[in-house]
Amino acid sequence: MKVLVAVKRVIDYNVKVRVKADQSDVDLANVKMALNPFCEIAVEEAVRLKEKGIANEVVVVSIGPKAVQEQLRTALALGADRAIHVETDEMPDSLAVAKLLQAVVAKEEPQLVILGKQAIDSDNNQTGQMLGALTGMPQGTFASKVSVEDGTVSVTREVDGGLQTVQLQLPAIVTTDLRLNEPRYASLPNIMKAKKKPLDVTTPAELGVTVARTVKVVKVEAPAERSAGVKVADVAELVDKLKNEAKVL
Amino acid sequence: MSILVIAEHDNARLNAATLKTLTAATQIGGDVTVLVAGYQCQAVADEVAQAAGVSKVLLADNAVYAHFLAENLGELVAEIGNNYTHILAPATTTGKNFMPRVAALLDVAQISDIISVVSADTFKRPIYAGNAIATVQSSDAIKVITVRSTAFDPVAASGGNATVETLDVVKENTKASFVGEELAQSERPDLTAARVVISGGRGMQNGENFQMLERIADKLGAAVGASRAAVDAGFVPNDMQVGQTGKIVAPELYIAVGISGAIQHLAGMKDSKVIVAINKDEDAPIFQVADYGLVADLFEVLPQLEELL
Ligand SMILES: Cc1cc2nc3c(=O)[nH]c(=O)nc-3n(C[C@H](O)[C@H](O)[C@H](O)COP(=O)(O)OP(=O)(O)OC[C@H]3O[C@@H](n4cnc5c(N)ncnc54)[C@H](O)[C@@H]3O)c2cc1C
Ligand SMILES: Nc1ncnc2c1ncn2[C@@H]1O[C@H](COP(=O)(O)O)[C@@H](O)[C@H]1O
Repeated sequence: MKVLVAVKRVIDYNVKVRVKADQSDVDLANVKMALNPFCEIAVEEAVRLKEKGIANEVVVVSIGPKAVQEQLRTALALGADRAIHVETDEMPDSLAVAKLLQAVVAKEEPQLVILGKQAIDSDNNQTGQMLGALTGMPQGTFASKVSVEDGTVSVTREVDGGLQTVQLQLPAIVTTDLRLNEPRYASLPNIMKAKKKPLDVTTPAELGVTVARTVKVVKVEAPAERSAGVKVADVAELVDKLKNEAKVL
Repeated sequence: MSILVIAEHDNARLNAATLKTLTAATQIGGDVTVLVAGYQCQAVADEVAQAAGVSKVLLADNAVYAHFLAENLGELVAEIGNNYTHILAPATTTGKNFMPRVAALLDVAQISDIISVVSADTFKRPIYAGNAIATVQSSDAIKVITVRSTAFDPVAASGGNATVETLDVVKENTKASFVGEELAQSERPDLTAARVVISGGRGMQNGENFQMLERIADKLGAAVGASRAAVDAGFVPNDMQVGQTGKIVAPELYIAVGISGAIQHLAGMKDSKVIVAINKDEDAPIFQVADYGLVADLFEVLPQLEELL
């Protein structure tokens, strides 16, 4: 079985992003970039399926400018077999990404497509579900457990009320949640090996997809800052302040 | 403008997030229809028909919608939604699951997690874990939107008198089926709707110690939450995680105990009215957002707090 994993290049999760003075966007100049954490979990899950003998090939795909090849190499170092770069100068929105992935799915015909549940920059949480609708595939989103057996995949999902399990016919889509696995670190030999693994470049035009945006960003502002409050000496003072000053008790 | 709001419910009762989504719908302005899709859920339709500002309720009552599977709901909502200018659902795990399918089937973008309505086509939403707020404008003919419920007050649950119309649209996708669920049973208020939330982090050390928070929660009528680290370590279940990728809360009082205050955690609670932090590290970032900070060992001060309340 072939597994396709979609990975996004995003700001490193440790960085606190700042808004540009002209409010046009956030400032990403000289900011550390990384593989979206949920995508890292997606790659790990695919590689484990391969290690268990369930998958025989793990293909990673990323859409964006040339720089995303850095994250594709990371995914290859984590154990993916080959990479596809869909090159466009801008980061397209989730619907466009889903359409491009649909075209890649049509070519590659994977049995399982694994995505992150959410990109930590846009915080959209859309792409996997959109790809599901476009390809007609069933979806198991926010997965904390995935098991593949006899042409189906059973997915345990993290939902507001607790956990839900669904069973999907393959080919299917899974999006990852935090508890699905703990991604490994890439070893130095694997980082070296990854440089020689195949990485193909294609374009939206070659895939026959246009990436127009219908949602325009008018302005990006900093959120209202909370001013740091006071330190209290002990529990008695805390309770007193909550009762008499903040009046929340 | 004609707006379709998808109700969130458990087939028996309406979820409060729907009333907040209705506020966002009212702010967009126009005629508001609510779709109740589920199984044996007439009571929900009757309940939401009473909500202020609702002009019509559509009831799709069929076993295929019993578990709100995204494949079935997505097709149902996309078909009905074609007649509206806006389709809104709460940004819960259910809404997040099926709404992007609706958007893709309608070939429009989705605007996730809006926190404010600027005009009928312009909305504000947090990005980068809430470290920036984007104002976005959509030129799509149908705007598919999920609503962050903490950012809107609920409409009145009663006083309305909408008609309930039954729909016979059955969309079943046999490629996906429901197997089972393990839902948390709690006597306490729902995390996202509680007036007071007390959350524990890695500093709690184990699941048993969360009982200290539960006893305080019982006294305050509070819900109990957790950081990712506490959930990952297995102290408490996933449905208690507060943060960027967990639940968003904005209670009147949030008490963070043994939580460092990573940006992903702050993203889920920094709009609380009053924040208290208890942490033994005086440099913990949580103190930068706390109205009242207590630098102390939680194992010493939690019993004292319980006694004084
Ligand atoms: C993609 C992604 C998504 C994430 N999403 C979320 C999310 O939704 N929610 C979330 O919470 N996190 C999330 N995180 C994780 C986040 O980055 C932090 O790792 C996490 O919030 C840390 O949890 P913590 O504060 O409990 O643990 P720590 O950072 O380890 O802090 C523990 C704190 O307890 C204090 N402490 C220890 N013992 C005591 C004691 N006896 N008395 C008093 N204080 C004590 C320590 O001083 C310390 O400050 C996410 C991370 C990633 C990468
Ligand atoms: N530009 C992209 N290239 C490849 N995959 C992407 C891209 N954008 C989003 N994805 C995938 O979709 C997931 C969810 O993203 P989003 O819906 O934008 O929050 C990510 O975790 C990736 O798996």
